[in-house]
Amino acid sequence: MAYVAIADRDVHLHDPQTFVTKYIWSQDHKVIAIQYSVTAIAVGLVALVLSGMMRLQLGFPNTFSFITPSNYLQFITMHGMIMVIYLLTALFLGGFGNYLVPLMVGARDMVFPYMNMLSYRVYLLSVLVLRASCVVPGGPTGAGWTLYPPQAVLPGTSGAGLGIILMLVSLAIFIVAFTMGGLNYVTTILQARCRGMTLLRLPLTVWGIFMATILGLLAFPALLVSAIMMILDSVLGTSFFMPAVVSMGKGLKYDGGSPVLFQHLFWFFGHPEVYIVALPAFGIVSDLLSVHARKNIFGYRMMVWAILAIGCLSFVVWAHHMYVSGMNPYFGYFFATTTLIIAIPTAIKVYNWVLTLWHGDIHLRVPMLFAIGFIFTFVHGGLTGLFLGNVTVDLPLSDTYFVVGHFHMVMGVSPILVVFGAIYHWYPKITGRMLNEALGKLHFWATFLGAYAVYLPMHYLGILGVPRRYYALGDTAFIPNSVHDVNVAITVAALVIAAAQLVFLFNLVWSLAHGREAGSNPWGATTLEWQTPDTPPKHGNWGARLPVAYRWAYEFSVPGARSDFIPQNEPPEAPGGREHGAKP
Amino acid sequence: MSVAALFALVAVGIVGWWLFARQLTAKPWEKRQIESDNASGGAALALPAARVGLWLLLAVMTSFFGLLISAYGMRMELADWRPLAVPDLLWANTAMLLASSAAFQWTRWAVARGHAEGVAAGLVLSGLFAFAFLAGQVLAWQQLHASGQFLASNAAAAFFYLLTGLHGLHLAGGLAVWGRTTARIWRIRARLEDVRLSIELCALYWHFLLAVWLVLFAVLMSGTSLTSAFLDICSAIVKAL
Ligand code: HEM
Ligand SMILES: [Cu+2]
Repeated sequence: MAYVAIADRDVHLHDPQTFVTKYIWSQDHKVIAIQYSVTAIAVGLVALVLSGMMRLQLGFPNTFSFITPSNYLQFITMHGMIMVIYLLTALFLGGFGNYLVPLMVGARDMVFPYMNMLSYRVYLLSVLVLRASCVVPGGPTGAGWTLYPPQAVLPGTSGAGLGIILMLVSLAIFIVAFTMGGLNYVTTILQARCRGMTLLRLPLTVWGIFMATILGLLAFPALLVSAIMMILDSVLGTSFFMPAVVSMGKGLKYDGGSPVLFQHLFWFFGHPEVYIVALPAFGIVSDLLSVHARKNIFGYRMMVWAILAIGCLSFVVWAHHMYVSGMNPYFGYFFATTTLIIAIPTAIKVYNWVLTLWHGDIHLRVPMLFAIGFIFTFVHGGLTGLFLGNVTVDLPLSDTYFVVGHFHMVMGVSPILVVFGAIYHWYPKITGRMLNEALGKLHFWATFLGAYAVYLPMHYLGILGVPRRYYALGDTAFIPNSVHDVNVAITVAALVIAAAQLVFLFNLVWSLAHGREAGSNPWGATTLEWQTPDTPPKHGNWGARLPVAYRWAYEFSVPGARSDFIPQNEPPEAPGGREHGAKP
Repeated sequence: MSVAALFALVAVGIVGWWLFARQLTAKPWEKRQIESDNASGGAALALPAARVGLWLLLAVMTSFFGLLISAYGMRMELADWRPLAVPDLLWANTAMLLASSAAFQWTRWAVARGHAEGVAAGLVLSGLFAFAFLAGQVLAWQQLHASGQFLASNAAAAFFYLLTGLHGLHLAGGLAVWGRTTARIWRIRARLEDVRLSIELCALYWHFLLAVWLVLFAVLMSGTSLTSAFLDICSAIVKAL
């Protein structure tokens, strides 16, 4: 049997007919993407509410009797875990990855649609198990999102019985779901591109999702391994991670396990995880900047290389999260060096974004506002990261609010801004209608300024030595009264941000029926998803014939061209006519 | 950990290098490049998508087992490590898995030759040997259990049950696919063309699990230090040469 490329195959499209096959048990990547996104945003809202409660406690201690110290730790854990894994990872890869990859590479669907559907089901199951952990006796785990043993398993921590077990089971299920989805995204990008869509014609969004998925495929097994071993420790009494401990006056059966081993495994996953949410954001932001500045992305190939370099390097920096675990100073030296090296490709990307804007025809529409906002917050979080990457600076700052400020800037606020920008950008394609511009701007400014109001002061609190994961600060000599005033201000700002998200949700729902008709390509974008015959695209995406790509994704403002953008699938002019591919 | 880091680096490096060697230095906006790009067929590899998917899955599994081995190596370095005397039965089990893998390879050749009876017989044999391996592993567990080595007895025993168990589970997953393929051949008399890909992929998966088992076996017998065991093996190879 001779091999036939997917782009050249005849397809027999079975059009799903009933409501159930169309929207519930659908194998269509667009429906699955929406299922993933809606689920992720729904759990994300839970995490948002939890952060509001934590802030209320921190801003107004002794006011809310229903928040106990162990509740607070449970809130922290759920909030962190949901935000990082169940919201951002699921939304970027399961949501945007699913929607955009087949459309952008010019395919009819993912290569394994059935497995794709299964991936969502299993993800949903993992979310349900996570939610279930909140209602079992003992409540959810309060071990912190890092779940460090031995405390995660010991009776003093809330949820030490069922709570932690269900959390670990839920993570294991999530990893299975992610792997099924991830194999799909990578194989689709490699094998199902349409004719003419070479690797270097792919939009950077696809590159970001591609590399992030590879990182996830290789790094999530580390979390799986640690989850399995910790479940055995807590259920069957093995001592993989549990040292000999005396707990509540009583010697436990554990002996000889190594908590540091868990830290290695966890961060071997945990650091790449940062890039699993950052790389798709990098890719998407590059495309948003280019489209809304009507300019080709500056240094396209360098952007691709930087994505690959960051991917490689992200596997050799994990121990910068463990400087305080008592490691060999030479190790610390090694990991500090690799951490600083990874800043180079990252900085290259930032320069290229800024240079893309330089002399661009900038349209400050809502997606563009979010993209530019991202550059600010990302530079901010990246710079504090350089501080923390140095062992001697990290030691005093570790486990203070400086770290909380840093990681929220770099992997909380920045990717979330891109998520919003991306939703404003692609909503017209997904639904056929525009989101309301005025509400969008309100949402942007409240979120962007609010994020600064929340996280900038945290850096100062951290420098004073205010510790993270504390329910209340009490009367401590090194904490001046002004810290309490700042905490009140931060809480107020956090509530304002939370309220702004309601505006966004309202916009999402209201525009579904009342938004302006978008047409097929409202932003004048070049990439294939904007060139579908129908908006929203129908099952099979492309009608009778697959598109053919004739150019890269960034032909904006080409001198002499008829319009200020040339879609990727527009054939070159007849021989002898002017060639569009002018060098940028 | 460094084992796993090395693997991940190498894996991502291979992806990067492979991409690089192909097209990553091209300038997609230049006229000559545009012409050659327009002629491109789209797929990166002239392989069925399922095969590419399986290779990716094997990379994920390599990362998984590599991390387990890293954890094992790190645990061994602690002062209280007491190596486990692994049951001799494992040698017999290894032979079973080898036979199973060989039978699968033979089946694959039978498909290529269009030899239908051979395919059916080969599939049954591969499955039987694989089941024999799994049964042998369970027996080995029982022997350990009888000698007083329980899951929670000590670190070496815990790792022994963990590593063999996870490897066995992966083989059991493979056997599920094997069962479906065999059933299709026996019950609906599927044409060889229809099961060809499935048999090829199973064979690949089997060889991979055999390789994983050989490494795990060596690791489980490596005494008190992974590095010194590794160096021993290397020097033995060098001497043999
Ligand atoms: C309105 C937005 C948000 C607010 C007000 C907020 C607030 C907080 C607060 C108060 C804490 C606990 C600090 C402590 O006591 O140590 C926390 C922890 C954390 N947050 Fe957020 N957060 C927000 C959004 C996010 C996002 C988008 C992410 C996504 C990455 C995120 C990830 C985390 C993580 C990983 C932790 C650490 C949990 C732990 O210590 O185990 N947060 N956040
Ligand atoms: Cu890190």
